[in-house]
Amino acid sequence: MKLSMPAIANPRSRLQGFSLNNRRSRTLLLIALCLVVLGVLLLGTYLIGQAGLDIALSSRNQPPSFAHPFGTDWLGRDMFSRTLHGLSLSLWIGLLTASVSAVIALAIGTLSATLGGKVDAAITWLIDVALSLPHLVLIILVAFAAGGGVRGLLLAIIITHWMSLARLLRAEVLQLKSSDYVQLSSKLGRSPLWIARHHLLPHLLPQFLVGLILLFPHAILHEAGLTFLGLGLPPEIPAIGIILSESMRYLSAGYWWLAVLPGVVLLMAVQAFDILGQSVRALLDPKTSQG
Amino acid sequence: MLKGEQLSFRYSPHHSWVLQDFNIQIAPSEIVGLLGPSGFGKTTVGKLLAGYLAPTSGSVTVEGQPLPTRGSCPVQLVFQHPELAMNPRWRIRQVLAEGQSPAPELLQALSIDSSWLSRWTHELSGGELQRIAVARSLNAHTRYLIADEMTAMLDANTQALIWQAVLDYVRQHEIGMLVISHEAPLLKRVCDRIIHIE
Amino acid sequence: MLTVQNLSVSFTQYDTGLTQKQLTVITDLDLHVNAREVVAVVGSSGSGKSLLAHAVLGILPHNAQISGTILFKGEPLTRQRQASLRGKAIALIPQSISYLDPLMPVGRQVHQAARRAGVATTDIRQRVDHTFSRYELASTVKQQYPFQVSGGMARRVLVATAAVGQADLIIADEPTPGLHPDLVAETLNHLRQLASAGKGVILITHDLEAALQVADKVAVFYAGTTLEIAIAEDFVNGNLRHPYTQALWRSLPQNEFIPVPGAQPNPDALPDGCLFSDRCPLVTDACLTERPSLRLVRGAPVRCIHAEG
Repeated sequence: MKLSMPAIANPRSRLQGFSLNNRRSRTLLLIALCLVVLGVLLLGTYLIGQAGLDIALSSRNQPPSFAHPFGTDWLGRDMFSRTLHGLSLSLWIGLLTASVSAVIALAIGTLSATLGGKVDAAITWLIDVALSLPHLVLIILVAFAAGGGVRGLLLAIIITHWMSLARLLRAEVLQLKSSDYVQLSSKLGRSPLWIARHHLLPHLLPQFLVGLILLFPHAILHEAGLTFLGLGLPPEIPAIGIILSESMRYLSAGYWWLAVLPGVVLLMAVQAFDILGQSVRALLDPKTSQG
Repeated sequence: MLKGEQLSFRYSPHHSWVLQDFNIQIAPSEIVGLLGPSGFGKTTVGKLLAGYLAPTSGSVTVEGQPLPTRGSCPVQLVFQHPELAMNPRWRIRQVLAEGQSPAPELLQALSIDSSWLSRWTHELSGGELQRIAVARSLNAHTRYLIADEMTAMLDANTQALIWQAVLDYVRQHEIGMLVISHEAPLLKRVCDRIIHIE
Repeated sequence: MLTVQNLSVSFTQYDTGLTQKQLTVITDLDLHVNAREVVAVVGSSGSGKSLLAHAVLGILPHNAQISGTILFKGEPLTRQRQASLRGKAIALIPQSISYLDPLMPVGRQVHQAARRAGVATTDIRQRVDHTFSRYELASTVKQQYPFQVSGGMARRVLVATAAVGQADLIIADEPTPGLHPDLVAETLNHLRQLASAGKGVILITHDLEAALQVADKVAVFYAGTTLEIAIAEDFVNGNLRHPYTQALWRSLPQNEFIPVPGAQPNPDALPDGCLFSDRCPLVTDACLTERPSLRLVRGAPVRCIHAEG
């Protein structure tokens, strides 16, 4: 008989089975790819610095070339650098708003389920009402009410993105609370705090993580959308939404690259988050982690 | 003595009664059977006596005291489906430890193999999980055990194995038992007396 | 009608991290079902009963590997053939009434089952009516939703959905879990009637007592293999061949209620020899080295080298 070694003690053994025929390996590879793409988009600007953002009127409106893969704009600025800068900014805003929103969802969802009664009824009502309103209208209203600008944008996105996740987490807690094993745990003498720590939290955290990752693309798209409409970030902050909205004016002039290429990169980033979320879910959920 | 007096239960005033004015007494070392078809509140009786539900009216007492609201409950309940009574993210070792580590003799009587301890709950069969659930319920604080269709989903051999271990243990430790089942032959075999609900 | 020979099923499962392991959940499984016959498949949970049904219906998960033969009416059951026969020539009576669609009147569900089974559109109405009256379901029940019918009626609806299409082989997977004895008897009677009408019926159950009420033959499964295919009378007549079957019979509460200690071997650590060897009172060295093959003893197949003629 072999001595049983804890798997942690030898991290290499965990990667021994890596091959592309292994579904779990493929999922991990996908996650790693997404992380690399997102990492580049988030941190790329630190590598390339301010180069390419200078106005160079001699090389205005050039189509994509080796020197300028995304072409140049009406002021001769390199569109590739601008896209990276704009996207990086948008991603950071997305990360910030989605994280705050997810934490709100966690707090409200678990509180609603644990307190129950009137509090639960009130919160459920609020969630239902908020979800029944058209999303974009709600965001615009909140952004206006908060006075617009950066603060308005952040508040609007934070306030309008926690509901679905809160509802999901509330349902999870409710289901867990009424499950045989949680009820039995308290009959075996475990305190509510112990149960929360050992039964609830380990179950909720993966759900929370996946929910958080899947919130990012929403937050980013809405930030870009709001900014595109002129309600979000001011024009002097070069977020992706600004770039897109400015570029639209030049579409009719035949300068397609100004809008199309940054748009495609934005879609790629959003898609990367989506794939990341789905893959993490597939790994963490015991129901699909075997399949 | 585990006593349920004038037990009535309904989920809310809008619902109809699940159980009305039910009386039951179980002495230490006594094994009482509760026989009747499904839908007659057998499971509710078990959940009321073990404190999983609070009676709408009536009372449950153990040696004259109401059931404690915190700490280990002297009345333990074993469910029909062990897989629902265990955290699916845990290994068997953790599941057993939740019941304050049962006696090794009990584990042996239930033929619980030590290799099971490092397994996840989904890696064991229903019969094996139910042995773990039984072992977890029979800890030092347990004075009364309620078996709600404990072996209804198990084959005859596993059923007999679990029952022999449980009967030995409850006799030795003077534990009172309520056996809820729809199987008359089983109740006739293990119980001192049988209550019929119709 | 159905012949299963040397069936093996294994799963590739993930352990911690990226390591995979092979779980052999069915090894050398055999079963034979004729028309007009109820064959009970009896065993504990994890003995491979339900997996056999899934293998025959072709609904095993995709990480399963299968070897061995499954013949239906003399021809191999391939994936394509399974897909075309499922719900038509081979029908399933599921375990729980939760398999009924809660949002559809029960009449329409039986109607749909008939259409899926390939009953001619013009005949469906008549067939559904006929099936309803055969299972003593009033025609007003057709408009009712599953939550409106009693537990007993819901059981009959489940049987009706399988019987309406005139399948040749009917697989009932634990059709009587925790039911009142009257309801058990009724459901089992329906299975008997289906067999009398010329169908082959497989009754999968953990409840030996229920199986003996209705079965012609009882296949005893253990750790994914067939230990014995006994004739139903063998149980009462003391004519059982395999030590595990004998133990199973002895352990009934109305008999001696004495169990064999131990547990089924785990699928990732099966013994090299007889799968029952670690619990068997008759075990000898020969049992530990080689898996016994299925042989005929006193007219029935058994997988034990100690069984005597």
